[in-house]
Amino acid sequence: MAATEHAPAGYEKYHVPDSSSLAVRATVGLILTVFGAGLLLNDMTFGEAHESGNAKWVLAAGLAFFIYTLASWFRTTIRENMQGMNSAQLNHSYVLGMFWFIFSEVMFFFAFFGTLFYVRQLAGPWLAGEGEGGRMNGLLWPGFEFSWPPTITPQEAVGGTDIQPIANNGAFLTQERSMSFADAHHWYQWLPMWNTIILLSSSFTVHIAHTALLKDQRSKFNLWLGITVALGIIFVGLQAAEYYEAYALYGLTLNSGIYGSTFFMLTGFHGFHVFMGMTMLLIQLLRSVRGHHFTASDHFGFEASSWYWHFVDVVWVFLFLFVYIL
Amino acid sequence: MGDHHHGPAKGLSRWLFTTNHKDIGTMYLWFSFAMFILGGTFAMIIRAELFQPGMQLVEPGFFNQMTTLHGLVMVFGAIMPSFVGLANWLIPMMIGAPDMALPRMNNWSFWILPPGFLMLASTLFMEGGAPAFGWTFYAPLSTTYAAPSVTFFIFSIHVLGVSSIMGSINIIATIMNMRAPGMTYMKMPLFVWTWFITAFLLVAVMPVLAGAVTMMLMDIHFGTSFFSAAGGGDPVLFQHIFWFFGHPEVYIIILPAFGVVSQVIPAFSRKPLFGYASMVYATAAIAILSFVVWAHHMYTVGMPVAGELFFMYATMLIAVPTGVKVFNWVSTMWRGALSFETPMLFSIGFLVLFTIGGFTGLMLSIAPADFQYHDTYFVVAHFHYVMVAGAVFSMTSAVYFWLPKWTGRMYNETMGKVHFWISFVGFNVTFFPQHFVGLAGMPRRVPDYALQFADFNMMSSIGAFVYGASQILFLYNVIATIVAGERVSDEQVWDGAEGLEWTLPTPPPYHTFEVPPQIEASPAHG
Repeated sequence: MAATEHAPAGYEKYHVPDSSSLAVRATVGLILTVFGAGLLLNDMTFGEAHESGNAKWVLAAGLAFFIYTLASWFRTTIRENMQGMNSAQLNHSYVLGMFWFIFSEVMFFFAFFGTLFYVRQLAGPWLAGEGEGGRMNGLLWPGFEFSWPPTITPQEAVGGTDIQPIANNGAFLTQERSMSFADAHHWYQWLPMWNTIILLSSSFTVHIAHTALLKDQRSKFNLWLGITVALGIIFVGLQAAEYYEAYALYGLTLNSGIYGSTFFMLTGFHGFHVFMGMTMLLIQLLRSVRGHHFTASDHFGFEASSWYWHFVDVVWVFLFLFVYIL
Repeated sequence: MGDHHHGPAKGLSRWLFTTNHKDIGTMYLWFSFAMFILGGTFAMIIRAELFQPGMQLVEPGFFNQMTTLHGLVMVFGAIMPSFVGLANWLIPMMIGAPDMALPRMNNWSFWILPPGFLMLASTLFMEGGAPAFGWTFYAPLSTTYAAPSVTFFIFSIHVLGVSSIMGSINIIATIMNMRAPGMTYMKMPLFVWTWFITAFLLVAVMPVLAGAVTMMLMDIHFGTSFFSAAGGGDPVLFQHIFWFFGHPEVYIIILPAFGVVSQVIPAFSRKPLFGYASMVYATAAIAILSFVVWAHHMYTVGMPVAGELFFMYATMLIAVPTGVKVFNWVSTMWRGALSFETPMLFSIGFLVLFTIGGFTGLMLSIAPADFQYHDTYFVVAHFHYVMVAGAVFSMTSAVYFWLPKWTGRMYNETMGKVHFWISFVGFNVTFFPQHFVGLAGMPRRVPDYALQFADFNMMSSIGAFVYGASQILFLYNVIATIVAGERVSDEQVWDGAEGLEWTLPTPPPYHTFEVPPQIEASPAHG
């Protein structure tokens, strides 16, 4: 393996940034955030905050500083790009970074989907007497029968829902025990279907926006990107309405056994990711409208946000299938 | 944007604000050594308590905190960051890149580690004490019955996970995008290959661990039932998720160690690595298999027989690619012009002891036999043979091997050899007897034990103190080298060493390969 001193043909200097305080500032923000959250949580039980001293201010200050630092960080990279400091090679590093970040997000959701499948296929049936000659059911949870969505939790089956310190299986207010299609009254009142239509359409609208940008049609790009952001906002709004319905009308909460746990964690993390993706797209829209950023050939900020948007869309398809329909 | 041929900034701001892969690598290495000392201190407390049967020094609750923190600090604080430090220093120099692909994010990956560990260590002083449920933090010990400090433990795991994910994305982007012209994938040094595959493992499983601790957090504070059978969940679910992360995690630890040994043994055998391509494929095979063997950590949990059989056979399969590697290292030495400087001694120590650890792993993979071995000191002996004699010996080998290149100064060879022999003997005196007490039935994570285990435990403790003390010699040798070691100016440093990093001046300037070198086509990997 021999090295020579000649610079290769077509070589562009890779921009290695000067030393920067961004990383340390982001660290301060992140650590204050998690430390504040830890203090806050340790003073609360089952979601009700008690006397928590200054914890919420530590959390708020940390979060604000963290978000501000991230904004500065992105502003710095945008400016570097606009000053022409980025070679094609550096831009490809950003592409790879975004791609593998999205992959790590996929694996995060994989953990929660895996949980759902495990509970439905293995844990639930065993609690109801499958395997080991039904001993788990007979000795521990007599009378528990498993179905999905569950109609009862093991603790409810044996009585005494107040003795378990963690699974506080609050009683349901109505017979509707799940958000799945089977328990919906009328198909047109079933929010998840509308949310599916909205989110799938938004993947098309963001694609139309991208096509317009590639043809340098600025106003068409702004219009369709704006529509995408609006669809994202409607989605999050409908999700909030669904949560309100679950909590206030059905009594379906985080405390409602494993159905509530998987339902709210899967849809909640997805909803949070939609909110993030929507914010990212909104920032790209503002950049385009106010700053006239992006050209037909250079618009990675928008492209990365749209990949993220497609990712949350695909996650929703799986959610719709496995949480709401099957 | 200014002149890039400048040297480092002065003072503290150099380290706080740096974007330089060498600076960041150095910080990772020093941080991991500090964590090694901290985790080692916890180990010394454990061995002091176990020196004799009966309760000697600490309360049982505190003993449990020690075993927990020892594991967490060593895995997440000492071994993993040390190899990330090595990756930072070496990967750009080995593939002819000017720096890591995303230098500012690189700095962030490092800097969230120290406060993350500070938060973890601070749980020792919190009401109810530090986490005391073992480094595997099984529910419900870590949920229903945990001290309030578990919340901070959860957040520190989140922070370490963020660091690892960003670090590994950076490594992937660097290797995919920053290779010098002509540096094809199959010309990369094996250390780069092993880190490339390790980085994929990290990006795949760290988010799963984040999911697991998030579910714990929800169970503890928001009344969900993920790990509670009363609500329809399952504590065993926690073990499945944890080990889906945890088994790839142990390969995350050992694969870069394989990479180091694959650089060191050819250098001191003065022969190219035997079977380069098969090493790459074996590494990939180990990584892929690591995703389908996790439940061999859970044979006694009550899985259906079909599950036991699947995980048993899948686990045994891993012996094949691992055997390929051991065969290749031995074949590299075969008829080589061997010399036994300190790095080579540590690598040969790795080879012998890691192989023993591999064989005990094979014993543990046999599901019916594991019902006897499970949660005994046999398991402790097994994983210390792969973690300490595997990962830590390899890391020590790497420091002795590349320290002269990094600093331009040669370490004291005699002191290095003394360090090796004390470590080697101390390590074996510590952990070899643990096989016997384990097979005889001594459970792990106990502060007291039956009288029949007394002699072997005293041996273990003496060995541990010797091994621990030898690390002070190591620290002294490294500092003495940096401060006053004999200067080295030869680019090659070791006459048998191959690779781009040895074509750079010694010590390398602050910025290297700002113009990528052209790698000429060569018939074989060298």
